[in-house]
Amino acid sequence: MVANGAPGQFLERAPRNLFFTGKGGVGKTSVACATALTLAERGRRVLLVSTDPASNLDEVLGTELSSSPKAISGVSGLFALNIDPEAAAHAYRERMVGPYRGVLPAAAVRSIEEQLSGACTVEIAAFDEFARLLGDQSATREFDHVVFDTAPTGHTLRLLALPAAWTGFLETNVGGTSCLGPLAGLQAQQALYDACRAALIDGKSTAVVLVTRAEHSALKEAERTRGELAAQGIHPQELVINGIFRAQDTSDPVATAMQSCAADALAAAPPGLRDLPRTELPLLPFGLVGLDALRRLFAAPDSSLPAADFGPSLPAPSVATPVLAALIPALEAGGRGVIMTMGKGGVGKTTVAVSIAVELARRGHRVHLTTTDPAAHVSDAIGAAVDGIRVSRIDPAIETRAYADEVMRTAGAELDAAGRALLAEDLRSPCTEEIAVFRAFARIVDEGAHGFVVIDTAPTGHTLLLLDAAESYHREVLRTAGQAPEEVRRLLPRLRDPSFTKILLVTLPEATPVHEAAQLQRDLARAQIHPFAWIVNQSLMPLAVTDPVLVRRRLNEARFHAEVRDLTTRVALVPWTSPQAPVRLDLIAAATSSVAAVPTGQREVASALPS
Amino acid sequence: MSVTLRVFDPAMCCSTGVCGPSINAELTRFAADVQWLRKQGVTVERFNLAQQPAAFAATPAVQEALTRGTQVLPLVLVGERIVVEGSYPSRETLAALAGVVVKKLQMAPEAPTSCCGPSTKAQTNGC
Repeated sequence: MVANGAPGQFLERAPRNLFFTGKGGVGKTSVACATALTLAERGRRVLLVSTDPASNLDEVLGTELSSSPKAISGVSGLFALNIDPEAAAHAYRERMVGPYRGVLPAAAVRSIEEQLSGACTVEIAAFDEFARLLGDQSATREFDHVVFDTAPTGHTLRLLALPAAWTGFLETNVGGTSCLGPLAGLQAQQALYDACRAALIDGKSTAVVLVTRAEHSALKEAERTRGELAAQGIHPQELVINGIFRAQDTSDPVATAMQSCAADALAAAPPGLRDLPRTELPLLPFGLVGLDALRRLFAAPDSSLPAADFGPSLPAPSVATPVLAALIPALEAGGRGVIMTMGKGGVGKTTVAVSIAVELARRGHRVHLTTTDPAAHVSDAIGAAVDGIRVSRIDPAIETRAYADEVMRTAGAELDAAGRALLAEDLRSPCTEEIAVFRAFARIVDEGAHGFVVIDTAPTGHTLLLLDAAESYHREVLRTAGQAPEEVRRLLPRLRDPSFTKILLVTLPEATPVHEAAQLQRDLARAQIHPFAWIVNQSLMPLAVTDPVLVRRRLNEARFHAEVRDLTTRVALVPWTSPQAPVRLDLIAAATSSVAAVPTGQREVASALPS
Repeated sequence: MSVTLRVFDPAMCCSTGVCGPSINAELTRFAADVQWLRKQGVTVERFNLAQQPAAFAATPAVQEALTRGTQVLPLVLVGERIVVEGSYPSRETLAALAGVVVKKLQMAPEAPTSCCGPSTKAQTNGC
């Protein structure tokens, strides 16, 4: 394992714009924040931007942010903002509607507002903000660096693809009546999109930093991202491998397993990643929340804490939480329905979804296992075929094509050639994909009426947009006379029906995933959707660890378990399992054996759930 | 002589309606008819309430009609006069309004020429 770049060097090379990208949960926000903080403390003026609809910047920086740059107290020269899609959409709507209040009749103004409340407007408005910060130099002139802490991979790629897609669309749109939808208000922005794209391709002013962890799946994802970016003319310049663990106590089986997993994964890193300048950052014994913690990330690798800080003699925390298996009878009870795993990127939504599907299949049920994450590959995760489980994914490209074909076949059938050409052009609108993906989601939820459907969702931000779409389309379907498929009409009522849909909020016992899931729970409640249970994944709590870093991490877990218990009445715990373990995707069968395999000082596993 | 038709649409995503949760065949049909009419040399302007509210505010007849509610949309105007209200006219009606000679169908005088009368196709919503 060769680290060919100490953290210091990586920062020396930083161009004006820095983009951090990578799979959810690899630590993009931590690395982006630590980078921005370090650059600011070297005297630069830095703007840190989150484009994630479920941004954690506020918590990590300890400052309440808004959509305009806000100074971070305690660090001169450091500013941050969140692009809040809802707020951006609201501002966009006001720009469009405001001048006509009192000019047009109230009913007319209201109907404009309704039309501009859709998911497509939200996405476009958020993108417009992002484009302004990247493509309009004057918007960020006062800063030496703009650091983008991007949303998780799938969403990032969509965002990056948009300037190209829309630029092309605006150029070739000749019909003059085409479906720009809410985008119409942005037609004047073409120069901005061009500048945006140019900035991304130009390696001198903009560096894309791939953040990953020393795990097979994260490295594979990083390579996939690299390939997809390269296909768009964007070449990542840096690779950051975060959270590298080195066992200090070699008698600790968990510690040695963690270290060898990381070493194996790095040794097998995809060739495309090997040529990139690499920076390695250590796994720290504490969560990266707050400026002091962030400063430690780029500190010298072996700046050990005083031994007393994490001596194995610390009292072991106590927790009583049922295991995942205990949830199964309640999930299985109806004999059908939708089970969805939700949460922050990287918390193990896929693993939990697959494990539940495997267990339901073992109990004789037929299960459809699928994902709404454009970047996810459930079939990679599950590997070989399992009896009784059908695996699929919602592929935006395929869904969009199928939807366009369907429209041409139905609505297009009665049109003449010119009309069909016009329709085909409108179907190239950026909004079409939103509709197509949404309809595919509705169709899959509908299958829950006849059997079990386990849906591994995309990370929180993307899922929020999908649920917003469900709500706004629901209103629109009720309001309009067009023919919406039955499953679209039934979608929201079904998501709200606790006997039909069971949502599992998955988290790690760490600050940001717990707080993001708590926020998601509040957002869902506003849509009258209530999660069925919480799952705390990858817990060290039931394991008898002795390595000082792991002992400290285990101790830190306790308060997050307590927080989760305050947020829900049903919670299940999944112990840490090696990413390479064959049992990884069969956590339920593994639970008993793996917990028993490691002598445990702390195993209080209740068998019954509070009802 | 050349006539200019102006169509004032309800607030909607786009003129063919493909980007909403449901497809409105009436909208795709009308979009194609407008395209056809343009090919005949007629100037047709379309204004979407959600995207070009300025045109609504600047046209007194439209302003006045809207005081009765948004269900008066769509409106078709020849000059400053409203000729169709609350529905999308057929291709034949459009042709008649624009004075285009359609070979196959000699125009029956079915075209509504004033702003009154219930529409036969009360399909007004966008996508």
